[in-house]
Amino acid sequence: MPELDPLLLSRIQFAFTVSFHIIFPSFTIGLAAWLLVLEALYLKTAKPIYMDIAQHWTKIFAVSFGMGVVSGVVLSYEFGTNWSELSRRGGNVIGPLMSYEVLTAFFLEAGFLGIMLFGRGRVPKGVHFFATAMVALGTVISAFWIVSANSWMQTPVGYRVAEDGVLHVEDWWQVIFNPSFPYRVAHMVAAAYLTTALVVAGIGAWYILRERSVPHGKIMLGMGLSLLVWLAPLQLVIGDLHGLNTREHQPAKIAALEAHWETQRRAPLILFAIPDPKAEKNHYELAVPALGSLILTHEWDGEVRGLRSFSPEDRPNPIIPFFAFRIMVGIGMIMIAVGVTGSVLWLMGRLWTTRWFLRALVWASPLGFLAVLSGWFVTEVGRQPWTVYGVLRTADAVSPVPGGIVLSSLILFVFVYGVVFGAGLYYILKLVQRGPDETPPVPEKDEADLSRRPLAAAGNP
Amino acid sequence: MTEQASQMTEYLPVILPLVWAAILALAVFLYVLLGGYDLGLGVLFPLAPSDKDRDAMMASVAPFWDGNETWLVLGGGGLLAAFPLAYAVMLPALYIPIILMLIGLILRGVAFEFRFKSERYRWTWDLAFSLGSILAALMQGAVIGAFVQGFAVTDNQFSGGVFDWLTPFSVLTAAAVVSGYVLLSAGWLIMKADEALREWAYGIAYMALIAVAAFIVIFSIWTPFLHPEIAARWFKPANMVMLSPVPLITAASVAALWMALNRRHRYTPFLLGAVLFLLCYTGLAVSLFPFIIPPDITIWQAAAAPESQLFMLYGAIPILPIILGYTAYSYWALWEAPEHDAYH
Repeated sequence: MPELDPLLLSRIQFAFTVSFHIIFPSFTIGLAAWLLVLEALYLKTAKPIYMDIAQHWTKIFAVSFGMGVVSGVVLSYEFGTNWSELSRRGGNVIGPLMSYEVLTAFFLEAGFLGIMLFGRGRVPKGVHFFATAMVALGTVISAFWIVSANSWMQTPVGYRVAEDGVLHVEDWWQVIFNPSFPYRVAHMVAAAYLTTALVVAGIGAWYILRERSVPHGKIMLGMGLSLLVWLAPLQLVIGDLHGLNTREHQPAKIAALEAHWETQRRAPLILFAIPDPKAEKNHYELAVPALGSLILTHEWDGEVRGLRSFSPEDRPNPIIPFFAFRIMVGIGMIMIAVGVTGSVLWLMGRLWTTRWFLRALVWASPLGFLAVLSGWFVTEVGRQPWTVYGVLRTADAVSPVPGGIVLSSLILFVFVYGVVFGAGLYYILKLVQRGPDETPPVPEKDEADLSRRPLAAAGNP
Repeated sequence: MTEQASQMTEYLPVILPLVWAAILALAVFLYVLLGGYDLGLGVLFPLAPSDKDRDAMMASVAPFWDGNETWLVLGGGGLLAAFPLAYAVMLPALYIPIILMLIGLILRGVAFEFRFKSERYRWTWDLAFSLGSILAALMQGAVIGAFVQGFAVTDNQFSGGVFDWLTPFSVLTAAAVVSGYVLLSAGWLIMKADEALREWAYGIAYMALIAVAAFIVIFSIWTPFLHPEIAARWFKPANMVMLSPVPLITAASVAALWMALNRRHRYTPFLLGAVLFLLCYTGLAVSLFPFIIPPDITIWQAAAAPESQLFMLYGAIPILPIILGYTAYSYWALWEAPEHDAYH
């Protein structure tokens, strides 16, 4: 039996648990903001349809948020169970950032979530709206801090290394607003909004196709599309700027995600290849000449560093970043196409009746999640072999825990997360299938009573 | 450097770890209290008289469990930030109980949403809620036991085995914590439940109180034998006088709680349960201070750099009262359970 490597197993476990976790924030960041908009529209227009949609999606939000919470708690302990040397040496820097996340975001979300989910009719409408706003704000603040901590590990500045190897902060402003942070946080928050927009639009399209809750479906699709049409192209720009920033600070990552081995001017854009780290070349390469340089440097003959210019022990393995990057960008292009096509159809007055497009939207609805996961795989695998870039190698960050025990916990996580994810997805789909409860048209004066109406008197299906 | 600034740098490394130890102690205490009644409900769940009671138990905590659990996240995150060395030693040492606790918290956490959404498989989530809560409570108890026993440390790294945490002492602390959580959750139900369920909860509270009192006696005798320093601290004649109020007040609280149950008080059982926890907690702090990794590493040795602790303190001081404020509001606004479950 081969020796069980705690480093590799800890990496797999962290990749698995963090990937599972990021699915939920990617959804709830955007969903909380959208619920806030719906509640604002309801307060402003008093049209019950906005409240119907908000109540329906609040249930979907609750299931997703619950799974996000429980899978997030795991991560805050894994830094110690599996990456204790990172914690010991980097704790001075990342510890406070993560504590600020707890203090300013987790408590805010958790404290107001109860009122958001259970407070309707029990607290004044304004308070309920405020609670929803606080939950939405909490999700964004959470993204701010955790992406700041991650970005600092990618592009560390504002610190010094003491004699015992422990990192000390010299300048908090520099640490928090480190060079890659603005790009990364904008990219992530935009990705979360796009993911949600795609889900909301897709489910709206599904209702329209099924001819159920059609007015609700139209609002979902319309609102989703309205966000998608401008945010998807903007995300391309943000991603491009992020790429320029990465080229400056983590050139090896760029070389890996483009599968460039040689440093060259007029570097090609490789559309497809099987990178071979042993032979240090690509197989079955399909490339467009010079386009790589144009994209990466914004000049036709810009110089792009190849992986060979880094010593082998400092190179990331390009296989995962290369493919993950292509999946992410491909999905981004699909999002732009969907946004533009949908808007054109809308302007022509044919959006609600073009069935092939509605069907395409249904199929496209989970793509945002795939793009987010791919993006994180690009940036996390691409920064290897470092945990804190250029400062602390992943191999030196791991806990002194035997491999067998890490394997056991990994198996346990895979099993439990499999069951939980399967059940959660099933219940979310069931909620979607059930559709929003529709408030029958009622005279204006009963409006105050609506909020007290017991939802779904029969309980759940 | 100015005069004032140089003075600052002199005393900050002494004061800040004390301040952070106090803040983390508060966070962990609030978790034990809030997470305690919360997990205790899961322990009691299968014993509840009827399905209707189970619904009521779950509904009584559903709006709050996430907030309760956040104190645990603050405990973990705060330990990493304020005492990174302690975090880096303890968590690998406690790998198994921590992972099992997390698994337990996942299973019970998702059950809050899932059980109301399923019919045929509702029993699965009832089971997940109950087993998850029991597992999490047991592991938290074992962690406390292991923490009191101390950890093998070499060169600032944990150097013991993966099963070092599992000893007769930690098994007993695990059982003790479960009984304590049950006492809290019985107190919670006495405050929140309707009459029939409340009467049942009184019965549970008696049994839990007997168990808790027995455990307090056992640990008061056993703990001093773990480290000679602890025995020295409690049994030195001068200290004995100083510290004697702790056991005396504890005994008085047990008696008062018993009487409160006899008289069918609504709110005092939970409050006195909380007082008991606070007293045990104080006893533990007296025993261990100033060690954060007994018996070798003090809070000053494990402390993060002063600039890191200070940076967090600037935020924690204004933010913690705000958190306590809106948490209290949420409990107040959602205290009375609605007749219809308006959400599910």
